[in-house]
Amino acid sequence: MFPTPIEKQSQGAQIAYKTMLPIALLMWLGPLLAVALFSIKPEADFVNANYWGMPSTFEGAANYGKVFFGSDMPRYLLNSFLITVPTVIGAVALSSMTGFALGVYKFRANLWIFFMFVAGNFVPFQILMVPVRDLTLELGLYNTKTGLVLFHIAFQTGFCTLFMRNFIRALPFELIEAARVEGVAEWKIFWYVVLPLMKPALAALAVLIFTFIWNDYFWAVVLTQGIESQPVTAGITSFNAQFRAAYHLMSAGSIVAALPPVAMFFLMQKHFIAGLTLGAVK
Amino acid sequence: MADAVLTQTADKESWFHRNQQAIAPWLFLAPGILFFAVYVIAPVFQSFNLSLYEWDGLGQAEYVGLRNYEDLYWEFADRDAFYTSMKNNVIWLLMYLLAIPAGLFIALFLNQTVRGIRLYKSLFFFPFVISQVVVGLVFTWFYDPTFGLLNAMLGFVGMGPLNVMGNEHLVTYGIIFAGLWPQTAYCMILYLTGLNAVDPEQIEAGRLDGAKGLRMLWYIILPQLRPATFIAFVVTIIGSLRSFDLISIMTGGGPFGSSRVLAYYMFEVALSEYGFRMGYGAAIAVVLFLIMMCFITYFLWSMYREERGR
Repeated sequence: MFPTPIEKQSQGAQIAYKTMLPIALLMWLGPLLAVALFSIKPEADFVNANYWGMPSTFEGAANYGKVFFGSDMPRYLLNSFLITVPTVIGAVALSSMTGFALGVYKFRANLWIFFMFVAGNFVPFQILMVPVRDLTLELGLYNTKTGLVLFHIAFQTGFCTLFMRNFIRALPFELIEAARVEGVAEWKIFWYVVLPLMKPALAALAVLIFTFIWNDYFWAVVLTQGIESQPVTAGITSFNAQFRAAYHLMSAGSIVAALPPVAMFFLMQKHFIAGLTLGAVK
Repeated sequence: MADAVLTQTADKESWFHRNQQAIAPWLFLAPGILFFAVYVIAPVFQSFNLSLYEWDGLGQAEYVGLRNYEDLYWEFADRDAFYTSMKNNVIWLLMYLLAIPAGLFIALFLNQTVRGIRLYKSLFFFPFVISQVVVGLVFTWFYDPTFGLLNAMLGFVGMGPLNVMGNEHLVTYGIIFAGLWPQTAYCMILYLTGLNAVDPEQIEAGRLDGAKGLRMLWYIILPQLRPATFIAFVVTIIGSLRSFDLISIMTGGGPFGSSRVLAYYMFEVALSEYGFRMGYGAAIAVVLFLIMMCFITYFLWSMYREERGR
């Protein structure tokens, strides 16, 4: 193991390391902890310039209550879910098929199609912006969740295909060959042989895409504008405009907006990290 | 008659059956390629085309040839908005790369087996999971001249208040610093995974040969972390050129447009209240696309060599 395990070092080094850890963490998360502190303070503390002291009264319940019951935040959260969940399903469904096709079959265009997906995944959003916005307008889907979902599915298919194809490549190919010798139809091989083996990849992709889409801001701004369709990333700016200078509420709102992907990460940590670091190890 | 139909369908089935392995991949690919072509591939070409027109998004588009690009050139030569955005893009690109050594440093710090280390690793990774919008808000408040944590700390050591977001020389660095926070977390997790897979026998062999500390890191560990480093480079470079959310949330390109980058400037030109100059915006997007294409080609080339190597 590198660096040398701390247990093999002197007592002093061990104690130093164990005191450094929490201090480093506090510094690392400092800006976020500050916001968390703001979110439980009463408004009076900001008026009296008591920014960094203890809250004069604990107002966490009141502040978060205001976010949930006195603002549009629940609506934005709901929109985010209604955009994120269908995108996850759609992108994972499409890419398990493309990944299967590119991972299992040998044909001349294979690598080129694969590279098309990979390259498209890295393209700057701005070069897609005007045409995609026009297309969405023409389809009558501007400012709808459907319009946003369709684009997200298409774009995420690039990354998901890269992921699925590499995962399928690593599966034992003999399984597929054995099924073919038995005369099993290709779509049955996909459904009954390969798909069950892809469960870890499906889970990893689902959490990753959930986080990516939940955190999307650019396309939310480009393709939606009102409360009926905006996700929480875009909605938080209206929220902040509504509560201008009410830092205790803006802080609470930010924390609420950030929470779902964080919860997802802690629940599915293993899959999440497996997904993010695919390819980081040979 | 009935017989003929029967043999014909039998023929058809057997034709499909015989060619199943050639047809099947295309059937599996069709929906994905269709979506991708409509929403990603075609728009790239449409944007190239659009950059030759002047269009406000509603009326008739007017063909102007390369005039949009000429305007960009003059904006560059006169050190206008386009020059500032390009310059900031270069700063972003270079500064963002700091996430890679920083991520490696934290990964080395956390690659231990003391109690509770798993929770520490998760919490260090935390910034990557929250959205850039929230990161932007958090850091806007961090820099705030009246109540921000930064100025509270500066005040503690007796230094005057510093308005990072209002200073046109500091603002880009301030935003990049905020961006480095989640990006470093990402690089850290890549390296932690990589370190997990480092061959312990090679480390032992290195120790026997007297390699320690930095020499061990440089000659034995880093070569084994090559795949992680490659991915860290890819995501960091792409991430730096895509920077939009933080700028939009933290400054809106200000003060006086000094924190714009190409991605943000394009949006401003094409879709904000400053006017709907779609063609001009498309020209900016094409420039950004060509810059990114250099990197994408290199990444694909590396992947291609590896595929061949198998």
